Amino acid sequence: MTTAPAARRTPSAVGYRIGLTVVLALLALAPLVLPPFWQRFVTEILIWGLLAMSSDILIGYTGMVSFGHSAFFGLGMYGAAAALLTVKPPDLWLAGLYGLVGAGVVAAFVAYFATRLRDIYFAISTLVFSQIFYVIIFTWTEVTGGENGLTFSQPRLSLLGLGSDRFTPVTLHWFVLAVVTLSYLLIRRILQSPFGKVLESIRENEARTRAIGYHIERYKIVAVMLSGLCAGLAGVLYAIQNKFAAPDFVFFTVSGEVVIFNVMGGMGTLVGPFAGAAFFLLLREGLSRFLTEYYLIPLGMIFVAIVIFLPQGLLGFLRRRLNQ
Amino acid sequence: MAQIIIQTINGLVNGMVLAMVASGLTLIFGIMDIVNFAHGDLLMLGAFVGATVLTVTGNFWLALLAAAIVIAALGVLLQVTTLRPLIGRDPLTTILATFGVSLVLQKYALWQWGPSVRQISEPVPGHFTLFYLEYPWYRVATALLAGLIIGALWLFLKYGKYGIWIRATTQDRVMAQAMGIPVPLVHTAVFAIGSAMAAASGVLFGPFGGVTQTMGFDFTLRAFIVVVVGGMGNLGGSILASIFVSLLEAYAALVVSPAQAVIASFVVLVLTMLFRPTGLFVPTPK
Repeated sequence: MTTAPAARRTPSAVGYRIGLTVVLALLALAPLVLPPFWQRFVTEILIWGLLAMSSDILIGYTGMVSFGHSAFFGLGMYGAAAALLTVKPPDLWLAGLYGLVGAGVVAAFVAYFATRLRDIYFAISTLVFSQIFYVIIFTWTEVTGGENGLTFSQPRLSLLGLGSDRFTPVTLHWFVLAVVTLSYLLIRRILQSPFGKVLESIRENEARTRAIGYHIERYKIVAVMLSGLCAGLAGVLYAIQNKFAAPDFVFFTVSGEVVIFNVMGGMGTLVGPFAGAAFFLLLREGLSRFLTEYYLIPLGMIFVAIVIFLPQGLLGFLRRRLNQ
Repeated sequence: MAQIIIQTINGLVNGMVLAMVASGLTLIFGIMDIVNFAHGDLLMLGAFVGATVLTVTGNFWLALLAAAIVIAALGVLLQVTTLRPLIGRDPLTTILATFGVSLVLQKYALWQWGPSVRQISEPVPGHFTLFYLEYPWYRVATALLAGLIIGALWLFLKYGKYGIWIRATTQDRVMAQAMGIPVPLVHTAVFAIGSAMAAASGVLFGPFGGVTQTMGFDFTLRAFIVVVVGGMGNLGGSILASIFVSLLEAYAALVVSPAQAVIASFVVLVLTMLFRPTGLFVPTPK
């Protein structure tokens, strides 16, 4: 009897590893077989998935719905833009560093104020903070380019000591895949640590967690910082892929889509947001071919139906297995 | 000095319209714990319905009434189909559901009425001289009318039989049910009233800035700010907060561009949430 839980856990942990390996192998092979349009599409799914996963740290694990992830994402983009425009020659790793610093500063600011609030108040305050940054970026034309944003050239792919080369769609995809995979494994590890368990206990019962003696504000601040940095990383990748930074990506629409990805894919699974992003972007691609910009009418209805009838999301049934 | 007085009047007028939007939102929140993300989009749809009826009939007041009725009916439909199944779930899921609704409504408006700006002509003609400006009487009339509508709502809640039902349900849902009040019906009715208020404010606001399908989000955000600053679910507080925030934005617009003046109200919101999370205009809770 005592060995039963352990015995039961092992096969599914093996199953998880096999599943992860298969998915990663398919994703790595994808650009070699897909036509150029879909190559780019899969890379984009990975980037949006990374952004959505960053939000899952808050929504799924800590129980805080953020409607302001566009701010972190956008600052990551503008940070990368700053590095690529000011430093010659443009350096990939410096772009990443600047982007993370930009997103980190914003995340620290938001974390300090917003984590004192709970539930809907947290959601509204993150929304308002992201709009503050949007207004600043939109109106500060001399520095940010205002409505037009900034364009820059793509940095070269340089691996330390291995020389450098221009990005091709395939190497870009592999680079993104590597960054996303490492981020996923790192965040998964963090969330499985005692720290992550405290976050989950905040989600389940904040008052009790406080009563046990955890300083929950500190935990929440760290969670928001972690989430913001991860979202900033997604912004850096997006900036490198598309060679521009634009205020549209700091606007609320992006934050809203991030929440949609999470709800559709399954909150609290880390992998779910990727599935949600893929599902949403595929539906958008399919629907917008004959509905143009009205694709959001059926998509919005599907989203509401998922909120009502499938609150666990598409991958919710895998939640226990994915979190082992 | 002249500018300050002009901006004070502008702030008061905008504040009264905003108060009408916010009172619908706060009513809905107070009774159902629903943060209605689609509130601004109901306003936008109301403005479009009003503009359409106006072009057909040429009567502004008929347009106002028609918009309120149509959007109230839409509100009933939304409440019954999407929000009623969510009763008893985490309030956060209602934000998600109404957010989805707002996407649908916004794109529906784009599909039905197109991306161009619709103008609603002013029903009250005439201007009066205010320093160096010709100030339209319509703006003043709007503020008064908004005040009247809010006053009527207050009287209804205070003395009307169904108003008392609504307040009873706000205070204690279970006890109200036990006393024989049809609580689900009250929920639907309140959502309809809130939607009608939003639609009416959309039509009233129409002549100020024109009607576009993206105006909803702006109003949702402002109404959120005002409702939190005034204290969630507190009608009087949100009216005072509307006027306060609008005045502040109007004064800020003297110094910086109007686009940046919005930040003033964001800052008020953040400070309120940090230091008086129950609302600026309510007595300190014991």
